[in-house]
Amino acid sequence: MPANESKELPLRTDDDIVRMRQAVRSIAIETGLSLVDQTKLVTAASELGRNTRIYGGGGSVKIEKVDNGIRRGVRLTFEDHGTGIPNVELALKDGYTTGGGLGLGLGGSKRLCNEFEIDSRPGEGTRVMIARWKP
Amino acid sequence: MERIPILKMGDFLLVTIQVDMHDQMALALQDDLTERIVRTGARGVLIDISSLEIVDSFIGRMLGVIAGMSRVLDAETVVVGMQPSVAITLVELGLALTGVRTALNVEKGMKLLRAATGLADETNHAGERE
Ligand SMILES: Nc1ncnc2c1ncn2[C@@H]1O[C@H](COP(=O)(O)OP(=O)(O)OP(=O)(O)O)[C@@H](O)[C@H]1O
Ligand SMILES: [Mg+2]
Repeated sequence: MPANESKELPLRTDDDIVRMRQAVRSIAIETGLSLVDQTKLVTAASELGRNTRIYGGGGSVKIEKVDNGIRRGVRLTFEDHGTGIPNVELALKDGYTTGGGLGLGLGGSKRLCNEFEIDSRPGEGTRVMIARWKP
Repeated sequence: MERIPILKMGDFLLVTIQVDMHDQMALALQDDLTERIVRTGARGVLIDISSLEIVDSFIGRMLGVIAGMSRVLDAETVVVGMQPSVAITLVELGLALTGVRTALNVEKGMKLLRAATGLADETNHAGERE
């Protein structure tokens, strides 16, 4: 994928999540991220993609390869039109889950990335943007 | 759906995860292993994750459930071969894998299983199928 281009993938099934992980991995490799950084990004993507599918009722992810002279890396934006998160601060806490999970997905993804932005509105949906930059 | 094969080696069960598992496959493995432990009376389970490129909270939870479930059925579980990049990521994710025994490779994992179950010389039955 050429620099500064993006693609969008659906996140509706288990298979979509597997495909998304593979797409993120190959773009992370293209961008020159180290193996550890690739692994962190793909793991965060797996967490957020599953949240989009399960809590968001399905949605999509935009995968962007960023290379603008200042920064090189990968940016991912997860979007759904599900129930939204009433209390984002609480949802980010480790151990907080409404779905019988470990409650690590949101807080963990934040730790695994260089940038993390979440915008969620009850009744409208959720958008989470993460980025991992090449040092 | 594709399922992860479970091999029997003496009193132990061996699982090598070689594909990027989707969630349903992980859940099926949990069920299949439970059923096999009960049916064979296996005393140990060795799970080789050296081909896994990531372990997220879902896979982490699956490993914990398998370890706990096998303990209740009088079998020990050892997870072996975690890649260094995966281990670093797990720690930052916040996944402690509490209650899951780990070893660096298959050989060390087998040793640990033999010690934990008090069974010697399992490898004499190497490759035996049910
Ligand atoms: N896209 C979303 N839409 C609505 N609610 C969400 C969304 N993502 C997360 N949440 C809410 O935030 C909580 C915390 O999410 P997080 O990913 O941290 O943990 P989890 O998914 O419950 O468990 P884990 O990810 O460890 O398996 C969820 O239980 C859910 O209530
Ligand atoms: Mg989650």
